[in-house]
Amino acid sequence: MSDLTRMTATEIAGLVAGGETSAVEVTRAHLDRIAAVDDRVHAFLHVDSAGALAAARQVDDRRAAGEQLGPLAGVPVAVKDVLATKGVPTTVGSKILQGWRPPYDATIVQRLRAAGTVMLGKTNMDEFAMGSSTEYSAYGVTHNPWDLDRIPGGSGGGSAAALAAYEAPLAIGSDTGGSIRQPGAVTGTVGAKPTYGGTSRYGLVAFSSSLDTPGPCARTVLDAALLHEVIGGHDPRDSTSIPQPVPDVVAAAKLGATGDLTGVKLGIVSEFTGEGAEPGVLAAFRESVDALTKLGAEIVEVSCPNFKYALPAYYLIAPSECSSNLARFDGVRFGLRVGDDGNRSLEEVMSLTREAGFGPEVKRRIMIGTYALSSGYYDAYYGQAQKVRTLITRDFTAAFEQVDALISPTTPFVAFPIGARTSDPYQMYLADLFTIPTNLYGGPGISVPCGLSDGLPVGLQIMAPTMADDRMYRVAAALESVVGTFTPPAL
Amino acid sequence: MTTTLPAYDEVVARYEPVIGLETHVELGTNTKMFCGCPTDFGGEPNTRVCPVCLGLPGSLPVANKAAIEATIRIGLALNCSIAEWCRFARKNYFYPDMPKNFQISQYDEPLCVDGYLDVEVNGELVRIGIERVHLEEDTGKTLHVGGATGRIHGATESLVDYNRAGIPLVEIVTKPVPGTGALAPEVAKAYVAELRDVIRSLGVSDVRMEEGSLRCDVNTSLNLPGEEWGTRTETKNVNSLRSVERAVRSEILRQASVLDAGGRIFQETRHFQEDTGDTRPGRSKETATDYRYFPEPDLVPLAPDAVWVAELKAALPELPRLHRRRLQEQWGLSELDMQSVLNAGAVELIEQTIAAGATPAAARKWWLGELSRRANETGAELSDVGATPEQVAELQGLVDAGKLNDKLARTVLEGVVAGEGSPTEVMANRNLEVVSDTGALTAAVDEAIAANPGIADKIRSGKVAAAGALVGAVMKTTRGQADAKTVRELILERLSAQG
Repeated sequence: MSDLTRMTATEIAGLVAGGETSAVEVTRAHLDRIAAVDDRVHAFLHVDSAGALAAARQVDDRRAAGEQLGPLAGVPVAVKDVLATKGVPTTVGSKILQGWRPPYDATIVQRLRAAGTVMLGKTNMDEFAMGSSTEYSAYGVTHNPWDLDRIPGGSGGGSAAALAAYEAPLAIGSDTGGSIRQPGAVTGTVGAKPTYGGTSRYGLVAFSSSLDTPGPCARTVLDAALLHEVIGGHDPRDSTSIPQPVPDVVAAAKLGATGDLTGVKLGIVSEFTGEGAEPGVLAAFRESVDALTKLGAEIVEVSCPNFKYALPAYYLIAPSECSSNLARFDGVRFGLRVGDDGNRSLEEVMSLTREAGFGPEVKRRIMIGTYALSSGYYDAYYGQAQKVRTLITRDFTAAFEQVDALISPTTPFVAFPIGARTSDPYQMYLADLFTIPTNLYGGPGISVPCGLSDGLPVGLQIMAPTMADDRMYRVAAALESVVGTFTPPAL
Repeated sequence: MTTTLPAYDEVVARYEPVIGLETHVELGTNTKMFCGCPTDFGGEPNTRVCPVCLGLPGSLPVANKAAIEATIRIGLALNCSIAEWCRFARKNYFYPDMPKNFQISQYDEPLCVDGYLDVEVNGELVRIGIERVHLEEDTGKTLHVGGATGRIHGATESLVDYNRAGIPLVEIVTKPVPGTGALAPEVAKAYVAELRDVIRSLGVSDVRMEEGSLRCDVNTSLNLPGEEWGTRTETKNVNSLRSVERAVRSEILRQASVLDAGGRIFQETRHFQEDTGDTRPGRSKETATDYRYFPEPDLVPLAPDAVWVAELKAALPELPRLHRRRLQEQWGLSELDMQSVLNAGAVELIEQTIAAGATPAAARKWWLGELSRRANETGAELSDVGATPEQVAELQGLVDAGKLNDKLARTVLEGVVAGEGSPTEVMANRNLEVVSDTGALTAAVDEAIAANPGIADKIRSGKVAAAGALVGAVMKTTRGQADAKTVRELILERLSAQG
């Protein structure tokens, strides 16, 4: 049998279903691969070998008992360490949750288990999903399999790198400002941010509640769609979850794979193709636009004039919500506790715990958010940012009256060298320049590999109206059918 | 403070008090506000908790529909407008009994606004404006061990119980109430009592102040006539109706003494002291708390359906005040008599006693007499005095049947209150039934006549009033278990027969 780790999830599921291999065999192959390469990639914070093999055995037993299994049964999946996993360490990339083993599973994790997927472990991330490079992880940076001296994107760099390094065929990410799509773009993998409310946030350790969206990561568009279908759908435990069926993303991906985009109208966001993006990124993007045209898509330029305010608005809304969401990390009930020597006051212990437990980027955002919500400043900052959010939503609504979906490069630049942007937060924030508007609007967005620039992957982003996630899968699969998938150099 | 307080009457002649009340009511829903944990009172610490009410990372709230419905019904009963659209908000502050270090509450978009509640004080109707009624979650309970004060300062250990965390809490805020003058303390008390009755009549909370399911903060300020309202203080730890009255009164006196001495009142939180009846400064507000309210992003806005709200409004029960008015007529009570029933907190008890078969007069007599006296002695609420309305009705039935006289009935009631069983059981077990055997009585009467020949002579000579002494003697030998009237008749009969 050829290398199981090089296969797509669809292929693996087919082999397991057909009895040509077992879930245990598939899991072992991936655990072996992790053992072989992860000391160099550092995609994982925790590998749950025992749990994975037990889950795999269960799938094999169920299959042996003649049970009808789901389309991804027996396929390994890597889970971003932002999701609560019962009994399995969950750190959110932060020292403040070091050693915490949640007493419950996130809804998405429950659905993954119910679908017979095999959780390999928890992947690295920027602390509390705040960052675009995984350099803000409290547990060390993840290295991009395309070039180990470069970042894998962030915050979900661990999940993306695990895919690119063939450590897992599927992964879960979470996207607050681009944390699924940007890592997908710079690692040459597929990352989809579903419609906000299309995937449950229950058990997702919150960064910014009104923006956080868990979603699928994979090496192919169809695999991402299959995973999307498994994890998506209404969850009564998340009030912001949409009580509607998941759009038929799998059918859309299959339709797109036929390579026909006749009748599809796409809008290039003109604000995102000017200066600000690297020439190599723009070149790869334009080639892809040509390819999409050849597939029958009609392409027009669309202006979204308020998108330029998205970044500043985001950096008020997200920190404001995070300043409140992260208040519960105080050492009283779970996680790290510092300075509890019997002499210090509760307030001192809380303070010392937070001082020691949070990294610099998290502290920066807590401070910004605390300030922005303060009485007397609320209207000028948080209130104003919410107004901008409304304007950006209007831009999207207006655009979708003209076109079926919007396209742009996913991120302005390819994977940058580790350390290149850590000294200037703003340079880091720019990585999400093109992805943030979608989060503020709440619609779906996907990044699909579209070419290389100096040997490094470039991603193309497709943005669709809310609850029209299927549209972006169709376009992404069509593009993939032309440009193919991208394989990094051997590790 | 060594300054002596001025006289109350003199103070309210010079200053005008303005009061305001913030009342928190724990709803009696089966489950908590944002999760499925049970809400029963008591329970081992930290057993009624889950990831949501413990605020574990990743957990999310889901609003309890029953709590929203109860809040809307309270709002409607208080004549409020119900918001067509409103949101929850986060109130951010650090405290260990707050699992998330923010409380999900409502801020500038409450569920119910702008209503009123009419309360009766000394027969006069006073309209108390209601600013807002909103829904929020309760906090946990902190127990500070090892300190002298029971407060966090100086404590060696702090224990937290999160069983209460997340129980739905309705906050009812009045508009400022000016113009009540010397009656301010009574108005405050009457308002809380009326509010309690309204909420109880809705069946949405057991509103027990002693268990903390109804908690009250009292705001008080003083101003000179014609001048702007003064700075208000907020008094917490007001845990009974009587304390509401006392707290307002003592705060009026305290503020007057400060103002009289040329001082100024600081906006602060004060704590009512049950033992001394005065208020003491609480948490210092040197650094004004900024709660950084913002709309709760984990919950969708509330938009109560207008048809549903109209249905809830149509189904509201009769308001307690109107209900009482109706009862007063049915029971044939004067204004003053009804007032004493109200003051004793006996309306429902009497109602239930009548429903169990007693006459209005008898029911009122027991609850306002013997049982009120006992409640006062023990400091218990009348409803917790140890006798049920059914038992009182049964007791009166025994009296009506001639099996008990008034004195015996009181002894039986004593046994009932002591938990010895039903009135019939107590009567039997203590052998308290009226002696109706005429033979035995006649013997006792004859014995008494023989033992008191002087008195017997007086009666024979026409001084019938002297019979009282012989009745007393007979009652003594029968240990009170005879009917005094029968005994008296028997004495006169025997003496005239002998005569």
